[in-house]
Amino acid sequence: MSYIESTGKYVGLIRRVFSRPERFKVYYSRTITEIMTIGLSSIGIVIILSVFMGAVTVIQTASNMDSPLLPRYTIGYITRSSTILEFSPTIISLILAGKVGSNIASEIGTMRVTEQIDALEIMGVNSASFLILPKIIAAVFFFPFLIVLSMGMSLIGGYMAVYFSGLASTEEYLFGIRSFFKISDVTYALQKTAVFAFIMTSVSSYYGYSTKGGALAVGKSSTDAVVWSSILILLANFILTQLLLL
Amino acid sequence: MIRVENINKVFGENHILHDFSASFESGKVNLIIGQSGQGKSVLAKCIVGLMEVTSGNIFYDDLNFTEMDRKERKEIHKEIGMLFQGSALFDSMTVEENIMFPLSMFTKMSKKEMLDRANFCLERVNLEGRNKLMPAECSGGMQKRVAIARAIAMNPKYLFCDEPNSGLDPSTSILIDNLIQELTYEYNMTTIVITHDMNSVIEIGDNITFIHQGYNWWTGTKEEIIKTENKEIIDFVYASKFMKSLKGKLG
Repeated sequence: MSYIESTGKYVGLIRRVFSRPERFKVYYSRTITEIMTIGLSSIGIVIILSVFMGAVTVIQTASNMDSPLLPRYTIGYITRSSTILEFSPTIISLILAGKVGSNIASEIGTMRVTEQIDALEIMGVNSASFLILPKIIAAVFFFPFLIVLSMGMSLIGGYMAVYFSGLASTEEYLFGIRSFFKISDVTYALQKTAVFAFIMTSVSSYYGYSTKGGALAVGKSSTDAVVWSSILILLANFILTQLLLL
Repeated sequence: MIRVENINKVFGENHILHDFSASFESGKVNLIIGQSGQGKSVLAKCIVGLMEVTSGNIFYDDLNFTEMDRKERKEIHKEIGMLFQGSALFDSMTVEENIMFPLSMFTKMSKKEMLDRANFCLERVNLEGRNKLMPAECSGGMQKRVAIARAIAMNPKYLFCDEPNSGLDPSTSILIDNLIQELTYEYNMTTIVITHDMNSVIEIGDNITFIHQGYNWWTGTKEEIIKTENKEIIDFVYASKFMKSLKGKLG
């Protein structure tokens, strides 16, 4: 019953979020700020994770290729496919759900318990829209760029692994990552990313917005936000893969 | 003027407000006093629309607030300034940006006009030149004054203050009280102050409503509250040894 109630409240909140903004100019500048806060500030972690993700994928693929009949460029091909189709959009989104999701939930949760949200409401501001809409727009717009960056860095990480380990030649690796390339794979990954970005920002905002109590409640909201964002991202990943790839 | 008629507020099994009726006059500081947990803050939140009443009516002048939709309430909210117990300043904004915020959302003022207004409000609360401070860099008393400056930025008709003196030393409390009173008289606002600070009652209480167990137990002036024989009010007003000794001296 509480899940149904929570879903209802979430839908109600999202309806308020997408109501007409009071002042477009203010929302625009808030969106730019959010792009910097939740987008640009995540570039570092995305680069580090992606480089290692690509490198590990290369090593794991090579270590599982026992058959001498398999060409070595398969390492590059598998690294590219798994990175573009799954690792970059899903794994990076899950990690961003942890970083950005907890940040959003604790920021909005703190505003709730310190009555800043009440202050906005008293002024006549639609607090849900004012606080949440710029975050959703920033994430849905900017996270696909992060994922493209992640794809590139992951392939560079794979290249470095090949170069230093000698599991295949760099020429074979480069040939592999260009083999059987379909642009639709990238489109599919970016579509998924946009959906994941919406899920992580809206779910985290919901948990922050509905915080009741004090510091402990903010911590709990933050944890719930990460847990539920992650679960819903995985669920959405399953559904989207069915819908878009099959 | 704000009028509440037969308000009831129920949370599950808890009946917080019982047929509460009161009227709060414009140009006066209206105090709502009572012990903790008697329903003062719930009453204030119901009046400003942060909580919905279970039954009853709230009137802003002659407009029935309880029957308004969200859009109509928004218009009333633009005429309300509120000072929260914890100041509720936006901690990502400077003092100046906090004061300019409602102006940037709801007026078409230029940046310079907003800045002039912010400076005027800061001057009014004796904080001129503190524009660029962040809320975290301000003392408790300063934060309250910034919150008052933000509350009056839009020239509100109604001012709500939820325990404006909590956490402040006696002299800063008196400063805040006097500021609220001055602004109320100057702008002819309908001011409602929620408090359990007896100093505030004596200092600025033009109309006092005593709330007890969710009922409007008593209404009167500060002169009347000192002389009343009502047991619950006597227990509240003369709870401290100091007030008891004062009462003994005054006879």
